Amino acid sequence: MSFGCKCGGELNSKLDALLEQYRGQPSALIQVLHQAQGIYGYLPKKVLQRVAEALNVPLSQVYGVVSFYSFFTIHPKGKHQIGVCKGTACYVRGAGQLLDRIKEELGLKPGETTEDGQFSLEVVRCLGACGLGPVITVDEDVHARVQPERLSGILAAYRQ
Amino acid sequence: MSLVTLTIDGRQVQVPPGTTILAAARQAGVKIPTLCYLEELNVIGACRLCLVQVEGARALVASCVTQAGEGMVVHTSSPEVLKARRLNLELLMSNHPQECLTCLRNTSCELQQLAAELGVGEIRFQGEMSPYEVDDSSPSIIRDPRKCILCRRCVAVCEKVQGVSAIAVQERGFDTVVAPAFLAPLGEVNCVNCGQCSLVCPTAAIHERDETDKVWAALADPEKHVVVQTAPAVRVSIGEMFGLEPGSIVTGKLVAALRRLGFDKVFDTDFTADLTIMEEGSELIHRLQNGGRLPLITSCSPGWIKFIEHFYPNLLPNLSTCKSPQQMFGALAKTYYAQKEGIDPARIFVVSIMPCTAKKYEAGRPEMNSSGYRDVDVVLTTRELGRMLKQAGIDFESLPGEDYDAPLGISTGAGVIFGATGGVMEAALRTAYELVTGATLFSLDFEEVRGLEGVKEASVNLAGMELKVAVAHGLGNARKVLDAVVNREREYHFIEIMCCPGGCIGGGGQPFPVDNEIRARRIAAIYQADRQMPLRKSHENPAVQALYREFLGEPLGHKSHELLHTHYTPRERF
Repeated sequence: MSFGCKCGGELNSKLDALLEQYRGQPSALIQVLHQAQGIYGYLPKKVLQRVAEALNVPLSQVYGVVSFYSFFTIHPKGKHQIGVCKGTACYVRGAGQLLDRIKEELGLKPGETTEDGQFSLEVVRCLGACGLGPVITVDEDVHARVQPERLSGILAAYRQ
Repeated sequence: MSLVTLTIDGRQVQVPPGTTILAAARQAGVKIPTLCYLEELNVIGACRLCLVQVEGARALVASCVTQAGEGMVVHTSSPEVLKARRLNLELLMSNHPQECLTCLRNTSCELQQLAAELGVGEIRFQGEMSPYEVDDSSPSIIRDPRKCILCRRCVAVCEKVQGVSAIAVQERGFDTVVAPAFLAPLGEVNCVNCGQCSLVCPTAAIHERDETDKVWAALADPEKHVVVQTAPAVRVSIGEMFGLEPGSIVTGKLVAALRRLGFDKVFDTDFTADLTIMEEGSELIHRLQNGGRLPLITSCSPGWIKFIEHFYPNLLPNLSTCKSPQQMFGALAKTYYAQKEGIDPARIFVVSIMPCTAKKYEAGRPEMNSSGYRDVDVVLTTRELGRMLKQAGIDFESLPGEDYDAPLGISTGAGVIFGATGGVMEAALRTAYELVTGATLFSLDFEEVRGLEGVKEASVNLAGMELKVAVAHGLGNARKVLDAVVNREREYHFIEIMCCPGGCIGGGGQPFPVDNEIRARRIAAIYQADRQMPLRKSHENPAVQALYREFLGEPLGHKSHELLHTHYTPRERF
């Protein structure tokens, strides 16, 4: 079975097992979505359709839950995750300019992934490093006091 | 059971335990404004317009979701209450387009009505506007999220009454929008086009596609021969658009009004309802006698047809292959009628007046062109016709009664009862009984299949055979019957299903507002119209008899199959 995404048969059989466990249980929706996203890294349309069918929840309601919680994403994640902190301190120190710059350089808006699959962008809230603002994270790394001019250099180091 | 005693605006009220403050106030003759509230369907306390003050309570409470308590002292119109309601309404209006003068719902909008009643004097808050655009992808229903106040009444009806859930609440915060999954266009999802959402929408955020311009243009075109057919349910509801009581029978005025608009012939869908009975009744008898697929299920209701195509495609062979009366009419208008009158069918323009938004979709289905042309050119809902008559300045109430034109306007009482839940079943039983037994029915009234109960069952003795039948209206009730059939919990020979609650009289294209009392009054009018007809059995319709003699041959014959029968398309569940 092909889902039109890069996920292999192994992932699909994990989903089959998950859905079998919760078949006919609408109240299990959020945990099933959580685990399905754990399997695929995101929630492809076909997966949401299968969840809707198995749990007997209308697809419109499944999508309602997915689009309500920022944890869920229907877009595949890039190889590297960029997080821009928009907590109060980072915001007043120029997080907005960083987002503008990322949009200019990579054509990326929050929630999206670059076409080459290298980077995806999320806005995050306070990382507890307010004194170092504005802060961005790339994968597990924290970059402090980031000026817009430094961005392309920082990101280039991840691009291979 | 002991009653709860509370005080509302200084007067003592006694209500059963569990009664809301809103209901208790209504009982006491005190009107509290509501907006998101829809009895038994949408009771969520979201709009905050029904706020009242309860002495001792920390804050104002929403009366629709707060139960009356013993000794409670409630104020429904203190300055604090009025100020809070008005402020909440102003906030709802802050991102609502100020287009009232040009809006489809101008003078029928609940938000507008509340702004007048609550005395909003000025627009104090000009907020950001909705980021979403109008969705006009559906042939039946237009979504305009800019005008949506997120009351969720449409979502509740689509889920709880129809069991479809084509739409739900998507996204969050300011981006919240009522839409299909993935914000897909409504025309591309499992929406069945029933329009019940448009019937409960307080604003113009969901409304019928207005096609009155096409009809004005056709009427003004001297080359076109414009004929109109009126569905059974329209004659007992359109009076409401002109201030008449629900349940007023205005058949003669409706005919007169259509003539004054300029239609060349005013015909009646009741004629093809009678014809449907001849074809569908014969189909039932044929399936019973030849071991055909049972139960046979009716196919008049286009919302129901799209529903079964999406949700129960395995049952499609159970559907009657009969087209709906609307489509039979279109096919005959451009063949039989054209031949009989010597009119080039290319010149004939067929307009339908329907209580239904799904009929717009049905008329556009690719298979509905068996006359060689599009069989039905434009479908107008009752509401659209009401607007046309107002635009034309027709004084509906003072019109004289006029008669339908022959031959496609000749009908029996069996045709008119198609407008109410159970009517198709009853009409079919009247004819099937007499055709099978050769005897004359003693009483024509099959009471068991009438009325507003969600699922009705009956059993009729047909020449020694027990014919078991069921009737459902509202797709949620249809699900119950179908599941019982699929799970072999129930056995029926014949099932009538109507998409909308109450049948077509409760259709999504009918005048506002609709509740069970109004449905019941329209239904009573339908059966009264039936009793007033000189003929009440479809097989006795002389125009239908002539049609078979002159043109069709016999029921289920070759020509019938070509013009009056159809096929269905299995569709995805989502």
